[in-house]
Amino acid sequence: MEAFTTFKAIGVPIDIINCDTDQIIPARFLRFQASHGDFARFLFHDLRFTDSDAERPDFIYNKPPYRDAGVIVADINWGCGSSRENAVYVLVANRIRTVIAPSFGDIHHANCMKNGVLPVRLARDDCDRLRLQLHEQPGAEIAADLEAQTVTGPDGTVYEFDILPFDKHRMLNGLDDIDVTLQYEQQIGAFEDDRGADYGWLD
Amino acid sequence: MAGKTLFDKIWDRHVIIERDDGQTLLYIDRHLCHDGSFAGFQRLRETGRRVRRPLQTYATPDHYTPTHTSSLAAIEDPTAREIVTSIDGNCAEFGVHLFPWGDDRQGIAHVVGPEQGITVPGITLVCGDSHTSTHGALGCISFGIGSSEVTHVMATQTIWQQRPKTMRITVDGSLGFGVTGKDVVIAIIRQIGAAGGVGHAIEYAGSAISALSMEARLTLCNMTIEAGSRTGLVAPDDTTIDYVAGRPFAPKGDKWDQAVAYWRQLPSDADAAFDTEVSVDGNAIAPMVTWGNSPQDAVQVVDAVPDPAKESDADRRAAMVAALDYMDLKPGTPIQDISVDKVFIGSCTNSRIEDLRAAAAVARGRKAVVPTLVVPGSGLVKKQAEAEGLDRVFTDAGFEWRLPGCSMCVGINGDQVGPGERSASTSNRNFRGRQGPASRTHLVSPAMAAAAAVTGRFTDVRTMMEGN
Repeated sequence: MEAFTTFKAIGVPIDIINCDTDQIIPARFLRFQASHGDFARFLFHDLRFTDSDAERPDFIYNKPPYRDAGVIVADINWGCGSSRENAVYVLVANRIRTVIAPSFGDIHHANCMKNGVLPVRLARDDCDRLRLQLHEQPGAEIAADLEAQTVTGPDGTVYEFDILPFDKHRMLNGLDDIDVTLQYEQQIGAFEDDRGADYGWLD
Repeated sequence: MAGKTLFDKIWDRHVIIERDDGQTLLYIDRHLCHDGSFAGFQRLRETGRRVRRPLQTYATPDHYTPTHTSSLAAIEDPTAREIVTSIDGNCAEFGVHLFPWGDDRQGIAHVVGPEQGITVPGITLVCGDSHTSTHGALGCISFGIGSSEVTHVMATQTIWQQRPKTMRITVDGSLGFGVTGKDVVIAIIRQIGAAGGVGHAIEYAGSAISALSMEARLTLCNMTIEAGSRTGLVAPDDTTIDYVAGRPFAPKGDKWDQAVAYWRQLPSDADAAFDTEVSVDGNAIAPMVTWGNSPQDAVQVVDAVPDPAKESDADRRAAMVAALDYMDLKPGTPIQDISVDKVFIGSCTNSRIEDLRAAAAVARGRKAVVPTLVVPGSGLVKKQAEAEGLDRVFTDAGFEWRLPGCSMCVGINGDQVGPGERSASTSNRNFRGRQGPASRTHLVSPAMAAAAAVTGRFTDVRTMMEGN
């Protein structure tokens, strides 16, 4: 996994409550891997393109300079629904490395951190303000600093966010989870050996 | 010392390591895989790793399998064909149990797990699919995970988790005539919202829940993810234990007795505290129909499409306007005046034998006026339905009787709702484009779906049922 330390990029506001992972990448594209030549185009596909594959000019991610965004500011329950991790791969394919929202679908939130995409929970008022600023100043940038646990809005306002220390450590260092877990091999084995008293019926 | 919840009792017995920050390495007893789990096997292979506990890992293809033919050659898309068949080689290579396509035991993973006794009370179970919340109906901790976590569980039989908060949703009272588990869970999501359960594990309790059959509890826990929570549970009781007894992978003999003794002490202690308590009046629930693009967008069948002008939150108002535009609906339209183009009876939410019986009871002696698909949840459900003559009831009514799989819930096997078409569907998500590009989905119970099939519009099934 690519380490995440600091990141600064154009922000795009996505004003959709409960933006589910079917909107982020429709199910019919799940058969394709991230190496697929058109993979980046699958992001928001049915919101971005008509059924004849023409761009919808009114969808914000189609408008310059938002189409070069690297930070999404979303509304409540971003990434709810299906567990498809492709909804994160397709962000990465579009060089989007930070998503700011009042709340996230729990599975998508975990998937983001496995792929070097920083999910930032801020108060709903703060997200509303950031989206408004991005609408008013197309091309404005947002900066994220994982070590400091801050994001900085277009007007210089600094917002602090929470992240669990272990998640932060793994993201800052780009660690592979399996490598980390296998350091506990002895404890896992001991757990499996010791639980017979309660769980002998299971084997 | 305060008592413990059902969730905490199971969680605490699966903790391998708990760090100071609360991050926990949790042991996983059962891992279910499906045809969409191919990336996990691929990554194991690339990194030279093996499945740590292959005998605790079970697989069955469901997402990409066709429902109109048992011929592999009939899958036109070579990528889909490869996905459906690659699970055979993956399971053979890694030594994982497989219920292959064509086997009677094959079906939707969330139907197969409980049916085979793979899902039992007191365990932890994961699957690379958000509807893994289903299994908690048996009183276990089950949750959906992403593809990286699938690979992690395969390689280590563990997962890193933060202990979620707990929520108890108590549904007291008696459910009315024609009101099902599906209506209960849609009513709950409407009440707490699609993000209402984020960060929580939900225990369902109360007299209306205790009275539900196991299959209705599976429907209830299945849609827990649509309320934002990955994990729903119901305390194990006689209904649970009677359901599990004798299933192929369930404990047998002395182990059965030990298991039952253990399961009996799992229910939440009387003095256990939950982070959040929600109360729902079971007497007030009626057959539900969704009108928008989130499962929280729901009303009773006797009601009308709501008016965004009455919504005070500006963002929510805008979301309602967008949903009504997408769904091509006008505020104030009675739900029963909305006509449908297609009906789907199936999915991990509603494809079990009781669901099919409920749909057949409405279909019997009537004729479908719109194309209607009935897709059983597993080969064994299909066999049981055929033994009861339900397949004939459906085909006599002009419904199509198909082979098991996820089918039109997600549409990736080719079973889709066309652009602009409106469906009455027993599935779990009414998201934009969920059943096919530009499709319009309304979620209902199996009986309500059958009623829509034979009347061509949403109809209060209570007016059509025997005994009314």
